[in-house]
Amino acid sequence: MSTFDVELTVNGMARQGSVEARRTLADFLREDLGLTGTHLGCEHGVCGACTVIVDGAPARSCLMLAVQANGAEVRTIEGLAADGELNPLQQAMWDSHGFQCGFCTPGFLMQITALLEETPSPTEAEIREALSGNICRCTGYESIVNGVLRAAGRDVPSAEPAH
Amino acid sequence: MKPPPFDYSAPGTLDEALSLLSDLGDEARPLAGGQSLIPLLSLRLARPSHLVDLARIADRELTAIVRTDGHVTIGAMVRERQAEADDAVSHGAPLLAEALPLIGHPAIRSRGTVGGSLSHADPAAELPAVTLVLSAEMVVQSSSRGRRSIRAEDFFTGFFSTAMDDDEILVQVRVPVPPPATGTAIAEVARRHGDFAMVGAAAAVRLDGGRVAGARVALTGVSDTPLLLADADKLLAGVEPTIEVLQEAAAELVRPLSPPSDVHGSSAYRRHLAVVLVRRTLETSVRRAEEAA
Repeated sequence: MSTFDVELTVNGMARQGSVEARRTLADFLREDLGLTGTHLGCEHGVCGACTVIVDGAPARSCLMLAVQANGAEVRTIEGLAADGELNPLQQAMWDSHGFQCGFCTPGFLMQITALLEETPSPTEAEIREALSGNICRCTGYESIVNGVLRAAGRDVPSAEPAH
Repeated sequence: MKPPPFDYSAPGTLDEALSLLSDLGDEARPLAGGQSLIPLLSLRLARPSHLVDLARIADRELTAIVRTDGHVTIGAMVRERQAEADDAVSHGAPLLAEALPLIGHPAIRSRGTVGGSLSHADPAAELPAVTLVLSAEMVVQSSSRGRRSIRAEDFFTGFFSTAMDDDEILVQVRVPVPPPATGTAIAEVARRHGDFAMVGAAAAVRLDGGRVAGARVALTGVSDTPLLLADADKLLAGVEPTIEVLQEAAAELVRPLSPPSDVHGSSAYRRHLAVVLVRRTLETSVRRAEEAA
């Protein structure tokens, strides 16, 4: 099978590679570019762990081929922290204990980033709707939703559980 | 969980894409948003030799939403999120606007396309049933035979099968704007939010002087295709749509069906859901038609 040249922007940097057509964007990021922050859970679009932002919109990188991303602007979890400092969303998630094992976290954070760019002050219902496609097996979701509320500057329920 | 090898082209025009499909034969498949096809590749349930990516096609026909002459015409490559937020869709095809947010999750809809969902023809999917209720037409094209229009009722021919030939591409879907005093509604029951529903119902009711002047109902998840309940109009035309009448009509319409059984629900449970959802969507449609009148 022939290979295809792919040129794209990842977290503001021009990157390129030569891939088989069947290479998913997730595998391209992880294997070819060494950006292993994007996690692969189910590899068929069910778990949301591999969510990245493509041209401003959230996308599952396991449901996209690298060749489809040719010319695109991709953002991954590696692009959130600047100079080793957590960004406000990451800090809010930290403060809310919005993760436990952390496997699903990159997908959640990219989905939340996309949500907050479109809707800077979402309601709890909007947050749950936006995150409905991301699966977490540890937290029970409450601390994740609280983290988003905190990041958006909204009131966090006083019943936020002690950790 | 990795796709098998295949070749790939990303033509820049519709004509180029059509010639490619025609030359490559039936082992080639068009690739739209990939939200159904790529999982099938990863699970190795599909093994096309060649994917023809439609996303680089510049022709506006495939990428635009246009309101003209009593229709909302939606390009096949319009992303579901784009259609969801479009004023022409919410004004001219409110049923479609109500159905779109029920598809998967935001990250699926930002890639998934209207044409891709219709071409994939999943009997559990929302958009095929919506096109049946709205009497939409699919505009399809091939390089050798040009363009033709297929009514939604003739488009979905079987399990994941359509009336399109292998060398044809869905270009647009033309959705007639419902006449005045029409109300529409969609409702579904899924195990988890965003999952394919076990059963879904979509309906449109037109009222005239407090009586039903026209009714269309379609179901998802009860057959190998999205199913138009063709007797709805006959059953309801001319009647005063009270809750009792609608309840009776729903039971009558669902009676002949034999929905499939699987791990998510038995045939009997799906039949129960179908009755409830048909009644609910008819009731909501009637209420909205009254409000619109």
